Amino acid sequence: MTMIFGVPLAVFMGQLLLGLINGAFYALLSLGLAVIFGLLKIVNFAHGAMYMLGAFATLLGMRYLGINYWAALFLAPLAVGLFGMVIERVLLRRIGHLDHLYGLLLTFGLALIFEGSLVNFFGVSGARYPTPELLQGGYQTGFMFLPKYRAWVLLAAVVVCFATWYMIERTRLGAYLRAGTENPALMQAFGVNVPLLVTLTYGFGVALAAFAGVLAAPLYPVSPTMGSNLLIVVFAVVVIGGMGSILGAIVTGLAMGLIEGLTKVYYPEAANTVIFLVMILVLLLRPAGLFGKEA
Amino acid sequence: MNQVIERPTRPEYRDHDGAEMLRIRDLHAFYGESHILHGVDLKVRRGELVTLLGRNGAGRSTTLKAIMSMVGRRTGSIVINGTETIGIKPHRIPRLGIGYCPEERGIFASLDVEENLLLPPTVRSGGMSIDEIYEMFPNLYERRRSQGTRLSGGEQQMLAMARILRTGARMLLLDEITEGLAPVIVQKLGEVLVKLRDRGMTIVLVEQNFRFAAPLADRHYVMEHGRIVEEISAAELPSRRDHLNSLLGV
Repeated sequence: MTMIFGVPLAVFMGQLLLGLINGAFYALLSLGLAVIFGLLKIVNFAHGAMYMLGAFATLLGMRYLGINYWAALFLAPLAVGLFGMVIERVLLRRIGHLDHLYGLLLTFGLALIFEGSLVNFFGVSGARYPTPELLQGGYQTGFMFLPKYRAWVLLAAVVVCFATWYMIERTRLGAYLRAGTENPALMQAFGVNVPLLVTLTYGFGVALAAFAGVLAAPLYPVSPTMGSNLLIVVFAVVVIGGMGSILGAIVTGLAMGLIEGLTKVYYPEAANTVIFLVMILVLLLRPAGLFGKEA
Repeated sequence: MNQVIERPTRPEYRDHDGAEMLRIRDLHAFYGESHILHGVDLKVRRGELVTLLGRNGAGRSTTLKAIMSMVGRRTGSIVINGTETIGIKPHRIPRLGIGYCPEERGIFASLDVEENLLLPPTVRSGGMSIDEIYEMFPNLYERRRSQGTRLSGGEQQMLAMARILRTGARMLLLDEITEGLAPVIVQKLGEVLVKLRDRGMTIVLVEQNFRFAAPLADRHYVMEHGRIVEEISAAELPSRRDHLNSLLGV
């Protein structure tokens, strides 16, 4: 049997794949956080809750409205995105002129409210969502079994991440967003409706989280606390990548998933902490993050 | 005179009719608790080039910012092309045909030169095409793929002006465009202003460099302590030069 540093190849690749899939979720979530932080300068602590709401919208949509997985891929992010826009318009905008700490506290409070309400109705144990028929089973590659659904998650996440990157870095709308991040007052003086841009950006950022939630539904138990468990790691990823850096969020997300996977192979005890160790190192050596601009 | 003008087919010849482009009455502006403008009154006719002169802190830049609604609070009246703008949303003001070039130039670091140039949305038809702009500013064409803030100060200034020419704005508010630039660049900017005036643009120029502004302008307003204290036409300038110098402290 082929061994890599004393570990069978199948185990090694299996963990690597698991890591990469976790990384895909980190990337999608930290990307949304980066987009929101860039323009709104808000550390969106409700992001995990939005991911959770995406998964719940998928689950409840199937249960009560007969919406299948493929429709949910579009409808759940749309619904959560619209919900996010209402939150921005009604709550976040009012505190826009205050210190950013208030935004953090407000979104943290919102996350607790969303989680608590859903715990009240559904408990914490979590429900299962069936893997869509088309993606059941898997491929027997030479050295390991690759479940179709996991391959799909990876593909979908990477495509959405890079489409987002392209939109922000290469299109006119993206130029508005980048410029609005740098100097919103001047954008306004050019005739751009910056408040509208902010609302749409927040909606888009949380829609990305909801999209990750849909992808997660068949993979993990759908439970009210699924988001908060993930969010702390995602914040570490954002810090490592550099606050507000789009490419940084994507690359760091995938890379941290891989590092976590590798740690599981060689020193499983540290798997849950390795990302935070990387974060400490990055903060010591490059406080602005790997992809961040020095302030 | 505020007559209604029929829209001619060649927009660049529309503006020499003497109608009011901008009228400011009793404008007060505040940043938080500080009261910066104390009742500014001025008017600018279409096709005019008017300067705002004064010492640092006299309120010249704030006047331009107040027109664009970039100050904390403003009261009084600012009528642009017949529309009262005190109460309207900030992003609607440029759409009345105003282009603003801030003192710090406001070039975006995260955008390349061409993206910076294409950034401001079109506010009216009849703006310069990108080819005309590159013809006027050949350096920008050569450096169109560079990051905006990698340009020299002069090139950044050209870019900050060029991008508002594309939008079809009919009135330009230019804040200290010659500040810190080499004489050869200042001369080039002077040539550009003459071309723009010949195209019928209305221009409000905040300028420290009086020798640059004097031969270009139709009228001068002098500001002090957030008010207009003097209005001098180009014809009166030679006889009142000494008086002006004492006001400006030069």
